Amino acid sequence: MNILILGAGQVGSSAASQLAREDANEVTVVDLNEDVLRDLQDRLDLRTVVGHAGHPEVLERAGGNDADIIIALTDSDETNMIACQVAYTLFHTPTKIARIRAAEYMRAEKLFTQGSVPVDVRISPEQLVCNYIAQLILYPGAFQVLEFAEGAVRLVGVRADREGSLVGQPLKTIREHIPNTEGRVAAIYRDGKAIHLDGDTVLRDGDEVFFLAARKDVRLFISELRKLEDPVKRVVIAGGGSIGLRLAQVLEQTNQVKIIERDPARARQISEQLTKAIVLVGDGADEELLLEENVDSCDMFCAVTNAEEANILSAMLAKRLGANKVLALINRPSYAELMESGNIDIALSPQQITIGSLLAHVRRGDVVKVHSLRRGKAEAIEAVAHGKKDSSKVVGRRIDEVELPKGTTIACIVRQGDLIMAHHDTVIEADDHVILFMTDRRRIEAVEDLFQVGVSFL
Amino acid sequence: MNLLVVQRILGLLLMIFSLTMLPPVLVAVIFSEPSWQPFIYGFVLTLISGLVIWLPVRRANRDLRLRDGFLVVASFWMVLGTFGSAPLLFSEVPTMSFTDAVFEAMSGLTTTGATVLTGLDALPKSILYYRQQLQWLGGMGIIVLAVAVLPMLGVGGMQLYRAETPGPIKDNKLTPRITETAKALWYVYLGFTIICGVCYWLAGMNVFDALCHAFSTVAIGGFSTHDLSIGHFQNPSIDLIAIVFMFVAGINFSLHFFGWRHNSIRHYIEDPEFRAYVVALCTVSIIAAITLLISNEYEDPATNVITGVFQAVSLATTTGFTTANYASWPGALPVLLIMASFVGGCAGSTAGGMKVMRWLLVYKQGAREITRLVHPSAEIPVRIGSKAVSYRVIEAVWGFFAVYVIVFVVVLMALLATGLDPVTAFSAVAATLNNLGPGLGGVTAGFMGVSDAAKWVSIVAMVLGRLEIFTLLVLITPTFWRR
Repeated sequence: MNILILGAGQVGSSAASQLAREDANEVTVVDLNEDVLRDLQDRLDLRTVVGHAGHPEVLERAGGNDADIIIALTDSDETNMIACQVAYTLFHTPTKIARIRAAEYMRAEKLFTQGSVPVDVRISPEQLVCNYIAQLILYPGAFQVLEFAEGAVRLVGVRADREGSLVGQPLKTIREHIPNTEGRVAAIYRDGKAIHLDGDTVLRDGDEVFFLAARKDVRLFISELRKLEDPVKRVVIAGGGSIGLRLAQVLEQTNQVKIIERDPARARQISEQLTKAIVLVGDGADEELLLEENVDSCDMFCAVTNAEEANILSAMLAKRLGANKVLALINRPSYAELMESGNIDIALSPQQITIGSLLAHVRRGDVVKVHSLRRGKAEAIEAVAHGKKDSSKVVGRRIDEVELPKGTTIACIVRQGDLIMAHHDTVIEADDHVILFMTDRRRIEAVEDLFQVGVSFL
Repeated sequence: MNLLVVQRILGLLLMIFSLTMLPPVLVAVIFSEPSWQPFIYGFVLTLISGLVIWLPVRRANRDLRLRDGFLVVASFWMVLGTFGSAPLLFSEVPTMSFTDAVFEAMSGLTTTGATVLTGLDALPKSILYYRQQLQWLGGMGIIVLAVAVLPMLGVGGMQLYRAETPGPIKDNKLTPRITETAKALWYVYLGFTIICGVCYWLAGMNVFDALCHAFSTVAIGGFSTHDLSIGHFQNPSIDLIAIVFMFVAGINFSLHFFGWRHNSIRHYIEDPEFRAYVVALCTVSIIAAITLLISNEYEDPATNVITGVFQAVSLATTTGFTTANYASWPGALPVLLIMASFVGGCAGSTAGGMKVMRWLLVYKQGAREITRLVHPSAEIPVRIGSKAVSYRVIEAVWGFFAVYVIVFVVVLMALLATGLDPVTAFSAVAATLNNLGPGLGGVTAGFMGVSDAAKWVSIVAMVLGRLEIFTLLVLITPTFWRR
């Protein structure tokens, strides 16, 4: 696939590096900064073009005529939109994805139609991160909550501890512990490595468990794996940027929210947009301020400024002062790994979250959702099976007949909104949403092939 | 630095190179010559050496880093001369010493075209073919060929490609994937070779000569299957065909690629380097033609003009074909022609020299200084076409100039020390460092008359010229080896 990425910022560069590593893709990156591009070209097999991403001449030089997908990730919403417009009008690019930050644009759904601003997919990192954190707050105890099949099914990551009644037991006893529910363990990571699963696998204290369950059963499941925590009530947010503000807006109706912002002008601005939350002017790493605002009794401390080092420090400080659970936005995978095993309960990478939702649209076959897990090393995919038995490699076959690549498991199937747990003899039907779990994301191409309809279908 | 990966790729490249010794065997069979044996020996020797290098480290599968790329390219070119010389060394006709064989192979691979052989017309066809093929492989770069056929090189392919292709700006990929870029270049190259060969054949060469000369014309090499070079044919239409294809091969191949892709010649006309290249070639050709006309060197005016233009294009593009003894031409002409080879062809072509692009940048820099004298506080970017050139590129060009001059002087001193006279030594440096081929004085026809020491100095100069100095020079700096 011929992919044009506009903007070589954090998200642009990591999207480029993930896509260029797959042999099937030809990637071209456009940016104004020559040095960033040179660095990218030294590391990856892709083409770079220096220039303004919105200019037709630049896009033409970048191979706009042959591009299958254009992904606009520059700093400016307006540039991204105009680039999609140019690609649509001049090059008839089939898929146009743009990052759009300003909520004002996102609200005007009508704007983004083929007749006006032809952006097929709009991605708002702030909104994605915000939803992500909101899910975690809804399910205390989980470190990752992902939605599939329009929210009917959730994939939840939990660190098992001694107080969960399943811990110490083999997996096949799940049904005895929680009868009348549909749920399944999709993967277990022990000491950072995926372990092979069967009915006799015994859960241990400290395992990272990923399980799939219907929405209503998620809490029940979590309670079997670890001590059930009280619902989160008091939330302290450090950083009043766009993520912090959105998060406060989402949470302030149901929770008691305090938000700390350093810049008095910005603090004033956000205080006008919030109704219940308390806006505090100060530094998120100021011990006095945190103590005064009873950080020791808060259920969740979220460090969501733009500076990852500041996030790490304030989250660690809050933890030491007695916050029940701390969360920090950390982009660098190496930092995140360092921190999650230590003082910070949840390390989130906005970059990974954005890329996950981005990549779903780049996939061949009818892939609805792609979620990055474990900082991009594993992936959970929701794909729709199309075609008939003779044209598709999955439809009409039992699960044990599907030739899955190594490290990939079919976790469950959603058929017309109902969750069906995958057993070896389950037969996949047309239009089923199949949810797969991959411990090695390099096999993604094989999975894409699986869900592509053969020529006989056409 | 990852020496195991370097070793693995070196082994692979050698094995690929060994295959190129098989076509001459075919030639020997076609002409029923007994000279196929040296090629089989050479093939087996190279293949086994490659295998021995590759086998122990075949699992070293890490990505090539920038530094590894330099190391692979530079060491491969050095190794290549040795193994490329094997068939020549093993052959009974001609009998060559080790020095001569390496010189001949290196002169071929670097597209220099200087020879130590005499009596070419009497040599076995397979040997003649092998020399021409070496030039053809060296022209676009055997490593670029390897990048095209070995997709597994991946990112490392870019490092290799950059270390081998000439020119100041090498980041302009034609396609997103380096393998595709390398393939595209080779397709264009192959296309021109076929067209050129057919033209030669139509103009009256036999099939063998047409193929061999197409190889060395498009590679801007200069080897011929005859002692008198292109002059052997005494055929003005062959001269004209050669002029056209030398000119074409001296143009940046990415322009050819775009021209072919978009079916237009607009790219050529708009390209500033192309224009400068045309102006430079025309100027030298016109001076040569007029000088010959005035002094009435040959009987009829047409011969004067064609010979003048042919020699001007041949030497200015650094090909090195000859149709006349230009060394005896009047006035400044011989030296002018040798000096023209310093300009050479465009960046990204198969030509040698310092490349038109660099001269253009230096010239623009000079012009800027003059404007600055008039407007001391003006901010004047150096532009190529309508685009300003980044300071990094300009600095790199100046650095290249400085190093080129220093290397030139060092090589000149070394050649003088081996006992050559000043004119011969001067032209020999130009002939080898610019990958030109023939020189003046004692090296007008070839390097058979110089000492072994001078030949080795020339070999080094040829590789330095082909890899544009830095790729080779970087290896002898301590910084490169520091961890």
